[in-house]
Amino acid sequence: METKGNGNAASGRMVIDSISKSYGMGPLRQKVIQDCSFTLEPGKLTVLIGPSGCGKTTIINLLAGYEEIETGSISIDGKPVKGPGGDRLVVFQETALFPWMTLMQNVTFGPRMRGGRNSREIEGDALSLLQKVGLGDFRDKYPTQLSGGMQRRAELVRALINSPRVMMMDEPFRGLDAMTRELMQEYYIRLFEEHRITNLFVTSEIEEAIFLADRLVIMSYRPAQVRTVMEINLPRPREFSMLTSKEYLQYKKDALEILHEEAMKAFSTGTATCVADFLEAYSEIEEKK
Amino acid sequence: MSGRNKNSNSLGKLGKSIFNISFYRGVVAIIASLIFWEFAARVHLPVIGMIPAPSAVAGSLSSLIFTGYYWESWYVSFERVFSGFVMAQIIGIPVGLLMGMSRKFRDLGFPILEVLRPIPPLAWVPASVIFWPTPQMSMVFVTFLGAFFTTVLNILGGVSNIDIRYIRSARSFGASNKDIFWRIVLPATLPSLCTGMTVGMGITWEVVVAAEMIASRSGLGFLTWRSYVAGDYPVIVIGMISIGIAGYISSSIIRLLSGRATPWLKII
Ligand SMILES: Nc1ncnc2c1ncn2[C@@H]1O[C@H](COP(=O)(O)OP(=O)(O)O)[C@@H](O)[C@H]1O
Ligand SMILES: [Mg+2]
Repeated sequence: METKGNGNAASGRMVIDSISKSYGMGPLRQKVIQDCSFTLEPGKLTVLIGPSGCGKTTIINLLAGYEEIETGSISIDGKPVKGPGGDRLVVFQETALFPWMTLMQNVTFGPRMRGGRNSREIEGDALSLLQKVGLGDFRDKYPTQLSGGMQRRAELVRALINSPRVMMMDEPFRGLDAMTRELMQEYYIRLFEEHRITNLFVTSEIEEAIFLADRLVIMSYRPAQVRTVMEINLPRPREFSMLTSKEYLQYKKDALEILHEEAMKAFSTGTATCVADFLEAYSEIEEKK
Repeated sequence: MSGRNKNSNSLGKLGKSIFNISFYRGVVAIIASLIFWEFAARVHLPVIGMIPAPSAVAGSLSSLIFTGYYWESWYVSFERVFSGFVMAQIIGIPVGLLMGMSRKFRDLGFPILEVLRPIPPLAWVPASVIFWPTPQMSMVFVTFLGAFFTTVLNILGGVSNIDIRYIRSARSFGASNKDIFWRIVLPATLPSLCTGMTVGMGITWEVVVAAEMIASRSGLGFLTWRSYVAGDYPVIVIGMISIGIAGYISSSIIRLLSGRATPWLKII
């Protein structure tokens, strides 16, 4: 695909500098994000990991410009982020394909809105991307006619066709069965390695996180802060066979130690529900360890 | 993947064959009840035997059907229903959209709506006969009310239930306010509008028939009522069945249009 949009591999550096965000009014007001800082490097895949409810979706909403930060700053390639823009596209936690549009209409929505190119050209690009993720035969189907995995792939394509500088994926494979999930990870990592668009990938699964990441940002529990940043120096292209390599297992062990520490901290300082949430999120991982 | 496709096709066929079985069952049920009804009338069963027999109704119908009076009643009622209904959509859709999209309009309009809505349209008959210069206009107005509130409330509900993520992604993709209105808000609200129209169409027929009995000298409602006053019992039955058929035709039209307007809902 041509990169006629905003992006190319060399741009898309996002600097997130001590941002904060609270929700609620009066006594119910609570800080969800506090002094959170990290950087998305151009052409790199950063994975944000943290237990459910820690504020990952909130961070995406702030980065996308859907909600406003209270303090701190967010910039992309040196320019402060103000409101939503085509340079930062989000693939939401659950499908957000427009149900009233066919697959083709969904995928071409961005280019059509930006204008400037004729529709045959746009559809050509869309079709070749759809074919790449195995959806070429489904161009005239409505989203409800597709399986969960197909919807997720369609959404990837719908964002990718705009060549954004940054793509943000909010737990995109959550709720898919294990087989589909693995297949989706493979499609996703291939698309990323081919296009090298700066990516932020949010997940609560440690294995998925390390398999995909160039850089792993581990969040603390509420109020969410960056606990640790780990550089993952596994070679690319990534293969599932790496899941048994010594390096991979070492990364996993290190990450789990930190996550376990967080769970303990939450246990000694947090409220009962907060601890319960945290332990539930990581009990499975702890068992495996 | 193609397996899934085939699957949904064969499900479609299954649906059709069920429809056929249902259809024939329906025909059998109607014929059986006609036979029972004829029998009941002939042997003078209590209550149901008081209704004129199908044969008597058929006899009456065979002469009524050639009168202008009968068909004019159809025409007049249809005209009232559709004028009122179309007016209700023309005014109700923008009002619902405005209230759904603007907090200010919602704050202003909602209390008024909620006070007026519980008043049954028929309670408006006396007032509207006084206010409107012609009986036709007052009939249409009362019919209008029957569909208006349903349309406004359904659109309002539809707009406020739009998934915020649709609007957010559209914004990110560079859609202007105008694009968001025409390509997101409107299609997202369409299913609620269709529901509102189906319900509204049912209400308009109820309203128009009752209003014609009270305050009009024409239409299917009046035809039925006049036959009662004149003691022409078979025509009462003809009037009732005609109203049923007219309502069915009207809601079929709405269903057909709804299906055309929301193709993405039909296939699941
Ligand atoms: N719009 C909102 N209003 C009030 N509270 C919110 C809102 N969005 C998120 N929250 C709260 O912020 C916390 C973090 O939510 P979220 O970012 O969705 O977490 P995650 O995506 O990590 O599961 C949760 O406790 C949630 O209840
Ligand atoms: Mg979330």
